Amino acid sequence: MERRTLFPGRLLPALLILPQLVLTVVFFLWPAVQAIRSSLEREDAFGTSTEFVGLDNFTDLFADPLYLAAIGRTVVFCACVTAVSMGVALVLAVLADTEIRGRTFYRTMLIWPYAVAPAMAAVLWVLMFHPQIGLVGAWLNRIGIAWDYKLDGTQAMALVILAAAWKQISYNFIFFLAGLQAIPKTIIEAARIDGARGLRRFRTIVLPLLMPTVYFLLVVDLVYAAFDTFATVYAVNGGGPGQSTQTLVLKVYLDGVVNANVGSSSAQSVVLMAGVIVLCALQFRFLGRKAVT
Amino acid sequence: MAGLKLDGLRKSFGSNEILKGVDLALADGEMLVIVGASGCGKSTLLRIVAGLETPTTGRVLIDGRDVTDLDPSARDIAMVFQNYALYPHMSVFENMAYGLKIRGLPRAEIRAKVDAASALLGLEALLERKPRQLSGGQRQRVAMGRAIVRDPKLFLFDEPLSNLDAKLRVQMRGEIRRLQRRLKVTSLYVTHDQVEAMTLGDRLLVMHKGVPVQLATPTEVFERPADTYVAGFIGSPAMNLLPGKLGRNGTMVTVAGADIDLGSRRFDRPDGFPVVLGIRPEHVLLDAAGTTWPVEVVELLGSEMLVHAGRPGEAALTVKIANGTPVSDAIRASFPAPHLHIFDQATGLRMEA
Ligand SMILES: Nc1ncnc2c1ncn2[C@@H]1O[C@H](COP(=O)(O)OP(=O)(O)O)[C@@H](O)[C@H]1O
Ligand SMILES: [Mg+2]
Repeated sequence: MERRTLFPGRLLPALLILPQLVLTVVFFLWPAVQAIRSSLEREDAFGTSTEFVGLDNFTDLFADPLYLAAIGRTVVFCACVTAVSMGVALVLAVLADTEIRGRTFYRTMLIWPYAVAPAMAAVLWVLMFHPQIGLVGAWLNRIGIAWDYKLDGTQAMALVILAAAWKQISYNFIFFLAGLQAIPKTIIEAARIDGARGLRRFRTIVLPLLMPTVYFLLVVDLVYAAFDTFATVYAVNGGGPGQSTQTLVLKVYLDGVVNANVGSSSAQSVVLMAGVIVLCALQFRFLGRKAVT
Repeated sequence: MAGLKLDGLRKSFGSNEILKGVDLALADGEMLVIVGASGCGKSTLLRIVAGLETPTTGRVLIDGRDVTDLDPSARDIAMVFQNYALYPHMSVFENMAYGLKIRGLPRAEIRAKVDAASALLGLEALLERKPRQLSGGQRQRVAMGRAIVRDPKLFLFDEPLSNLDAKLRVQMRGEIRRLQRRLKVTSLYVTHDQVEAMTLGDRLLVMHKGVPVQLATPTEVFERPADTYVAGFIGSPAMNLLPGKLGRNGTMVTVAGADIDLGSRRFDRPDGFPVVLGIRPEHVLLDAAGTTWPVEVVELLGSEMLVHAGRPGEAALTVKIANGTPVSDAIRASFPAPHLHIFDQATGLRMEA
């Protein structure tokens, strides 16, 4: 069949994609070019002059123990956020997949956190875990656990991990539930008749059939944890105490905007950009891959 | 090997009663086919036997043991599904070995059993393949193999051949029959295909809207259908069912103005009693002395042809005759008394003289 074009010519199509193109250029391409340029320059202390320094900013960066520590911290943060949000979401999805009363209500409630703004989510968690006025925080102190995420770096890290993971549980839940429901019921029934029960059935039948979803979410969650948690982490404790919750995205902001070290900050964002590109390439590969059936 | 007994099984989904009281007993090694139109509750019945559904009331006994409340895994049964339900991530070997592994059989024994089953089914060359690399017939065989290796007390088949093309279906039908005879495993086989039912079953259970209407051998069901539903359902083309009235002291039926003699049979009902006269298309004779029916359509089947006759809005008659028989605008048909079935028009039940 011949495909007929409704609007001949190039003007209208171009006009229709123009807003998107403008947005992309103004908010993405232009800043990216700017970042790459300034990552190769250095300003003097007063910001009056800039000079081209080649890759100096990058070599300095990777020689800086603080930056290397931030990389390690970010890796731990990403791994924990991904593990917690995927683990919890999987358990919830398995429960929601069974025939229970009020299933629709339960599912709706589980999807809800996704609609909460990141900063709001962080505030909720701060209110819950505040050492004096937080419901959980105050209780922890009452039962003798010295809880203060404003002083203890490990506790602060645990809190931002929880807050960031909580946001992502809904998203993972939806995908896991869809994945579980895509498994033909008769396969599960065949396994039941074959004598497989409980965890064993889950491990040998359900999980292998869910692997495409697991891979997909793994990449999505890593991207989320690495690049999309700025608001949450910043709102909980601004990267502190000290640098204990300073992930790479926070460091870009703190070094560039707060400490006005534009060259280093730009170099950091170029490194991050490379990271995003690698992870997105991975993501596209998994998105493009057909589910194994 | 074992017998199976179903005791007053009923099943409702919400207010919708799907099974309305099924009683059934299978002898050891028997193959019973449950046949009925789509949606009559066949799968539901089979799933209750498997333990995948629980009956609203009634009991399931395997080998005399009440298994109604047992998990499928504790019933020692095997089931072959319509869509095969093979584990897509496992090889053919692993598919067959899975149930044995769960039972904790030693590796060597599993190997031996799977090898024996795959030899029986001609699957030796395919053991390392994944289900998606198999044809429909091969998948069907693997599903059978998975059932066989377990050496279960009971085989359950839920329309296992409906996804195959016609030729393969006939071939697999024969294979299933041979296997079942050879292994002598008590089997419950569900199908909507009456030819499959007739060829496979030691006995048939014809179901209609959740009610078992006839339980008998295929021959019996064919020759003496219990009611008009069975009469119309079993046999292809379907039996002619012509409304009429008894007459001459119950020795004659008047159909479409013609008097049809019932031979030596005499029904003890008043004259004018409304009945349905049944006769299979192949039993109708073209006979100059018969009644006249206008011809509507002639259908060629190959060595035979079907003549559809009757007046619009009145009784329709189908006649199966040898291909090449000359047919004009009308046929004259007679109904030989030995091949007539008489049913009560009000209840649809078969009437005996
Ligand atoms: N889980 C269920 N919930 C509600 N209705 C069901 C369920 N399973 C089957 N039914 C209904 O029961 C009837 C019989 O289904 P089934 O046993 O699958 O018929 P068959 O196998 O004879 O085609 C159908 O009308 C179907 O809609
Ligand atoms: Mg069915």
